[in-house]
Amino acid sequence: MKKFIAIMLVVCMALTLCACGSSSSSTTTTTDSSASTSDTSSAAADTSADNGSDDSAAATGDNVIRIGIYEAMTGDNGAGGKQEILGYDYANYLTPTVTVGGVEYTIEMVYADNGSTVDKAPSAAAEIVSQDVAVVLGSYGSSVCIAGGPTIGDAGVAAIAATSTNPQVTLGNDYYYRICFLDPFQGTVLANYAASELGATSVYCLGELGNEYDTGLISYFVQAFEELGGTVISDTFPTNTSDFSTYINKAITNDCDLIFCPVSVTYSTQILNMAGSMGADMIVLGGDTLDNNSVLASAVEGNVDLRITTFYQEGADEEFDEGFRAWLNEDSTRITNNGGNDIISATSVMGFDAYNTAIAAIQYADSVDPADIKAALADPDFSYTGVTGEIIFDENGDAQRDSAFVKMADAESGSWVLGAIQTVG
Amino acid sequence: MQYIVSLFISGISLGGQYALIAIGYTMVYGILRLINFAHGDVFMVAGLIMIYMSTVLPLPVTMVLVLILTAVLGFLIERVAYAPLRQYPRMSSMISAIGVSYLLQNAATYITGGLPQMYPSLPFLSNTVTIFGTSTKYVTIVTPILVIILVVALTQLINHTKIGMAMRAVSKDFETSQLMGIKINSVISMTFVIGSFLAAIGSMLYFTNYSSIVPLSGAMPGLKAFVAAVFGGIGSVPGAVIGAFIIGIVESLVKGSDFSVFSDAFTFALLIVILVVKPTGLFGEKTTDKV
Amino acid sequence: MVGTKGKKTLVTSFVCLALLLVLVIILENTLKPTNMLFTVLKKGAVYALVVVSMNVLNGFTGLFSLGQSGFMLLGAYTYAIFTIPVADRENIYYLYNGAALNFSFPDMFASIFGEGYAATFFGVILALIAAGIVAAFVAFLIGLPVLRLKSDYLAIATLGFGEIIRAIFQWNALGKVTNGANALKSFPTFSDFNITNADGEVILRLSTFFPFLIAGACIVVICMLINSSYGRAFKAIRENEIAAEAMGINLAHHKRLSFMISSFFAGVGGALFAMFATQAQAKTFTSSMTYEILLIMVIGGIGSISGSCIGTFLYVACSEWWLRFLDSQVVFTSVGAPSRVIFLAVFAIVVVGGAVLLIRHEMKTKKRKWAMALLAAVAAALMVWWIMFVATGNLILPLAKNGFRMVVFSIVIMIIVLFFRRGIMGDKELTDVAIALSRKMKAKKAAKTGEVAK
Repeated sequence: MKKFIAIMLVVCMALTLCACGSSSSSTTTTTDSSASTSDTSSAAADTSADNGSDDSAAATGDNVIRIGIYEAMTGDNGAGGKQEILGYDYANYLTPTVTVGGVEYTIEMVYADNGSTVDKAPSAAAEIVSQDVAVVLGSYGSSVCIAGGPTIGDAGVAAIAATSTNPQVTLGNDYYYRICFLDPFQGTVLANYAASELGATSVYCLGELGNEYDTGLISYFVQAFEELGGTVISDTFPTNTSDFSTYINKAITNDCDLIFCPVSVTYSTQILNMAGSMGADMIVLGGDTLDNNSVLASAVEGNVDLRITTFYQEGADEEFDEGFRAWLNEDSTRITNNGGNDIISATSVMGFDAYNTAIAAIQYADSVDPADIKAALADPDFSYTGVTGEIIFDENGDAQRDSAFVKMADAESGSWVLGAIQTVG
Repeated sequence: MQYIVSLFISGISLGGQYALIAIGYTMVYGILRLINFAHGDVFMVAGLIMIYMSTVLPLPVTMVLVLILTAVLGFLIERVAYAPLRQYPRMSSMISAIGVSYLLQNAATYITGGLPQMYPSLPFLSNTVTIFGTSTKYVTIVTPILVIILVVALTQLINHTKIGMAMRAVSKDFETSQLMGIKINSVISMTFVIGSFLAAIGSMLYFTNYSSIVPLSGAMPGLKAFVAAVFGGIGSVPGAVIGAFIIGIVESLVKGSDFSVFSDAFTFALLIVILVVKPTGLFGEKTTDKV
Repeated sequence: MVGTKGKKTLVTSFVCLALLLVLVIILENTLKPTNMLFTVLKKGAVYALVVVSMNVLNGFTGLFSLGQSGFMLLGAYTYAIFTIPVADRENIYYLYNGAALNFSFPDMFASIFGEGYAATFFGVILALIAAGIVAAFVAFLIGLPVLRLKSDYLAIATLGFGEIIRAIFQWNALGKVTNGANALKSFPTFSDFNITNADGEVILRLSTFFPFLIAGACIVVICMLINSSYGRAFKAIRENEIAAEAMGINLAHHKRLSFMISSFFAGVGGALFAMFATQAQAKTFTSSMTYEILLIMVIGGIGSISGSCIGTFLYVACSEWWLRFLDSQVVFTSVGAPSRVIFLAVFAIVVVGGAVLLIRHEMKTKKRKWAMALLAAVAAALMVWWIMFVATGNLILPLAKNGFRMVVFSIVIMIIVLFFRRGIMGDKELTDVAIALSRKMKAKKAAKTGEVAK
């Protein structure tokens, strides 16, 4: 009997928790990146109510259009994902509504966390599309885009990735678009920079095992660098490694000029810390993932010469910089999510542009139907000029970009300094 | 040559850190015949406590508090999650251990927001030093020395004190020792307290070297330490320490070779071989199954 | 007598399964396809099969193995390697300049029947069987040394085996087959089973039906095995190895058989999981996946197939759907909102009720004063917070932020592990419960009419 009562108590608790979820209102707070998502249960109720109707767009409710934010908020890429969300949120703060067919729609952001891991990705993506979103933004990290992409595509919703550079993200997935450059380009840029500007002849490449982004970028880099006559030692470390001393030792022993480690923020900070404490006297080269304030801090602290390629350099658009910095400083959680200070990461800027590209597509389509928005993105005439330049999608859904910024960590000022703007002809 | 030396150095320090975790496993297994899967996570939590407390308190105070709090955590886990299940089949406690590990990891994700946390740098230990031409942190040299001191102290405790004698008696025969008037609960609690205390020291050394903590940071070191305990002969403290050093060095060498993919897998391959060839490990005592 | 009863239950089970499948088809074609329900159902079906396969080994044979994720990995990769269309291989294996194996089952059938649904269907089925066979074969090899070990040593050895398998599949040298550590994708997934017309519009959705069909068929086979003489031998080994051996059961043979059967279905489950996740990648099949499966098995009841199924669906629904709102800030609409009232009421009931139950339990058993005082103090503190919450008219559901869902979830799991050790079903099956119920009803009826119950 006692057992029975206890079971009933547990059941009761579970039921209320669900009830809380289904009837409470959902708001889009801008204070925290893990802001409130609209609740799934009520969305389910909505869907069962209007089942059968094909018009799945966010036409339900009082002129609300939903944008899904499929992001890495926790895990290895959590730091980057949070910065990207800052970009979306700032854009949403500036453009909270969109006018479609003469009617003003309020934009509601629906967040889901893919935990930076491919095993959580499909269900996070399913959760987003179950809430009748018109278009999806994200995610930071190519692996999760590749893993969640088919789920989003099957639902007939288009997705726009802000910073996922691996070619596989859009290849073979009609519904995925991206506004950044691709890794074959980035790899070549990095290889050229390493060979000509830094005069490197041997490079130690280190990537995370099974991470599409790392392995892909490294392979393009190696290809280009070897064509330029350099030698390369490639290595990988398993997920959740924290002991990088052996790998750095390997680089030192082999007399490499450079360490190339285009890995996630978690690992790159550790690699930089370790390189600093071991006094490794070599340049560390990285990809766009290293454009993060905690990475910068580690490099400055350990006095490591760090160079990265990225999408945007602070100062390229003063007006945006000022506005964004002011917005960041309004709220301490935003600063925390940005990595503790108000240095503007290219990731946030790309997030900002991704959001505005989505808005532009909605306006271009003049519809809130996901299928129409997808068609707008697929239209070769569609273009949008954002903070980071003009965005025109090719038939794969990739933005055509031809330049990348090379940034250096400056130990004296503790900030990024523009090294060069690299293009590949 | 210098490379090999540097691999050995990092292997020895890694082995020392595994050793401190492995002692906890081996003592608990010796007494309860329970693989305490949560032990690796206790190690991780000790690191997190350090991070959060060091922001408000001075470092020396924090270090003492971390040791105490981790020991308390170990004690509580035993009381809440293992003690009620002692009368049931062994599998129940093991499942409970997995549950606790799951809980600790999820709680850590919740508290840290899923973002990696940076460990504060401890005075002296974090400073760099150059030996045999490779520069490394002081912690690398301190670790093996500290481990040896602690192990000697622990063996003294086990061999020459009353509670140590009780521990040995309980691990020999649980029921008989109970009948002889040994307070089984306090002996078991003491085991967990010692194990967690050592894990806390291990976490200080480990995270000074590898400074970032994620919720899964404890899982792999925990499993490897368990392998070390089995390798050395479960139930034997010196065995666990020697096993841990061997595994640390081997792991470091494999990582430094061209087969770095197998650095984790190698440990487990070693485990399977040991279990099949000599299930009692290097120093374990032979036990016979009673019907 | 036993035979006919067994047959009767079997027939009933079949009818129930058929009804369930029909229900899935109906649901799928009436509700909106993006509904979270279908994600839960798909994942639930896949996990149910894996959990049941683990139960064969752990629950019915009493071998505590933690190698499930390793066998799932084998199944997933086998399935992927045999079904990725040859045309896509160049693209997927781009790091290794193409695949070593340029052959796939659906393509093979397409050359027989022509492109279309039949080719995909038979190709997938064949690949699923291959996935199971590969997993079972590896289980046979692993079993030779490992099955000689006892209880927790077996557990840790199989856990280690999972890690080894993962490393092998991530090895660059095998890149032409496994694509190194990178994902395999583009193979047929569940949504390929939706029947479409010439324009590519979906006429009949079968994407949830398919995993149910496969998992259902496999579970039926497992049930039949469990109820056969092999199953009885397994149970005998579970109860007492030495006694079983004395009864003439060949221990090594039956343990190996059980291990292989379990691995076969884990392999099929792994292949289904790859279909669900739309990709196969070694790093998803970690030991934490095995732990998750183990915990589900415990929730459902060790040694109960229906319990495993119910447990899986509850677990998946809670973790993926019902509790997801805990991961974000929940704001009640107003002070008097029904959800807030319900939350407050239930919170009070749970705290007070739980404290009273626990204190009474303590009074009856150990009578430790400090424990009772502690419980009372905790309950009082929670109630003080509750009063504050009511008084200040707070609208924000406390604590809810990213990650809270999993914390709540793991606490619930710990409660089950500690207080409801037998899980939902214990080692009973749904049919047992139904039979017991009908007997009770009959007995009642008999008593009422005054007849003598037989």
